[in-house]
Amino acid sequence: MFLGVKRIVKSGTEKFLRDRSSTGAALVVMVIVLFVVSTAYILQGVASFLVASLEESVDVSAYFYDAVSEEQIFQVQEQLKTLAEVKEVEYVSKDEALSRFVELHRDDEEILEPLQALGRNPLRASLNIKAHEPGQYGAIAEFLSHTSFSEMLADVDFSERAPLIERLGAITVGVRATILAVIIALGAIGALVAFNTIRLAIYSSREEIEVMRLVGASNWFIRGPFLIQGVLVGVAASCITMLFALGVAFGISGQLEAFSGFNVTQFLLGNFFMLLLLQLIVGIGLGIISSIVAIRRYLQV
Amino acid sequence: MISYREVTKIYPDKSIALRDISFDIAKGEFVSLVGKSGAGKTTLLRLLLAEERPTQGQIVFDNLDVHQIKRSKLPELRRSIGMIFQDYRLLDSKTAAENIAYVMEVMGLDEATIERDVKEVLEIVGLTERADHYPTQLSGGEKQRVAIARALIHRPRVIVADEPTGNLDPYHTREVINLLVKINELGTTVMLATHNREVVNRLAKRVLTFSEGRLVRDEENGKFIVL
Repeated sequence: MFLGVKRIVKSGTEKFLRDRSSTGAALVVMVIVLFVVSTAYILQGVASFLVASLEESVDVSAYFYDAVSEEQIFQVQEQLKTLAEVKEVEYVSKDEALSRFVELHRDDEEILEPLQALGRNPLRASLNIKAHEPGQYGAIAEFLSHTSFSEMLADVDFSERAPLIERLGAITVGVRATILAVIIALGAIGALVAFNTIRLAIYSSREEIEVMRLVGASNWFIRGPFLIQGVLVGVAASCITMLFALGVAFGISGQLEAFSGFNVTQFLLGNFFMLLLLQLIVGIGLGIISSIVAIRRYLQV
Repeated sequence: MISYREVTKIYPDKSIALRDISFDIAKGEFVSLVGKSGAGKTTLLRLLLAEERPTQGQIVFDNLDVHQIKRSKLPELRRSIGMIFQDYRLLDSKTAAENIAYVMEVMGLDEATIERDVKEVLEIVGLTERADHYPTQLSGGEKQRVAIARALIHRPRVIVADEPTGNLDPYHTREVINLLVKINELGTTVMLATHNREVVNRLAKRVLTFSEGRLVRDEENGKFIVL
């Protein structure tokens, strides 16, 4: 039994190293397929990053009357933190609001001059609230307007921002669905191409398989080396693809980050093992399944 | 030892390859099967290896009906028959020595035995120097000698040769036939399908002549007479 397995592994390894035309063809196609799969994986990462940064840019602010004390505002803050929808609540005092405003418009005399002329701080203290998802801001606004706190509030800017937030919600859902569809389509095309290449490679080995049968090799003794070859192609293709992907990532990382804020190299290194595992599963899985299906018909007699 | 009993083979396209063939081959015999192309010689050999099923009749090998053997037991049957083909059918990704060793690996024999026997058989067929060459690096005659070595290494009870000299020049033909005779003299039954007149006449052994799927002549010390 052990001797048989050892011989199958040895024979498969020799096949992988010596049978250059079929190994080469399978390797090239598998690298392309895995590169497509990796690109889909990275695309998914880009999409999540973009969606997250879009979501991060959204918040609602609750502005308090000047008469409301800081303690009262802190109470509201604590209450808000207990809500499941709320991710984070930041307190911005009147002074803080003013300094941020001045900082923001430091080059714009037309805005700053009237402020100085006014001689007092017209801005209100506020709580900036971030929800976990865009769809949750409605519930938070609802909470603020239906509790005893509502009397302290001069304004909640949800109603002005609601259309934007809703649209953003729709965009994130759309982006996720599109990416998923692209991944599925690319995966299916890749799987078909790889499957057919391996089928062709095995088709060209049909005479060899017949000889093996005629000299009395059992089905596993015949099938085994092809499976080992498939596994080795999968492993080699994963390594080549990973190196290639890292190379491309290093090349485009700078431009991509400047353009979208997404650091693809960092993403690849951070997800290195996950991506390698995905490639190995796809590569080895495709190698084994295609070999089994393709070889089955030549083992019938 | 081998018995064909009222064997008929009709292919799905209705072509009749064999019609009601019956004959026996005793242990240690050397039998030549002759006839024009399409006379049914190859079909007869394929039936013995259970590569094909007869439409009617039985093929008995060592008291076993070949076509009643379970599919999982077929490799065992095939290991007791050594097969030689006109087109050699060597495994291109293996060296000469590895091609020969393959049959013994299939049988699960240990490495030391394989190494010893391969060396010995390579000597018998005169290919010791070419052991590490791949089939593409060998001449036709050398390839056929590797194929013969592969067919005999595991000491099968029968060697079945289908036109083994079909692609060889007269010199290599004589060499291959001499090898088969030598193997037969050591006790192995040989079935040789050929349409080489000179080979058959020189052998002066039993000859079965086929024509259009029928067995038309069965002679000891026969001659090549094809109508």
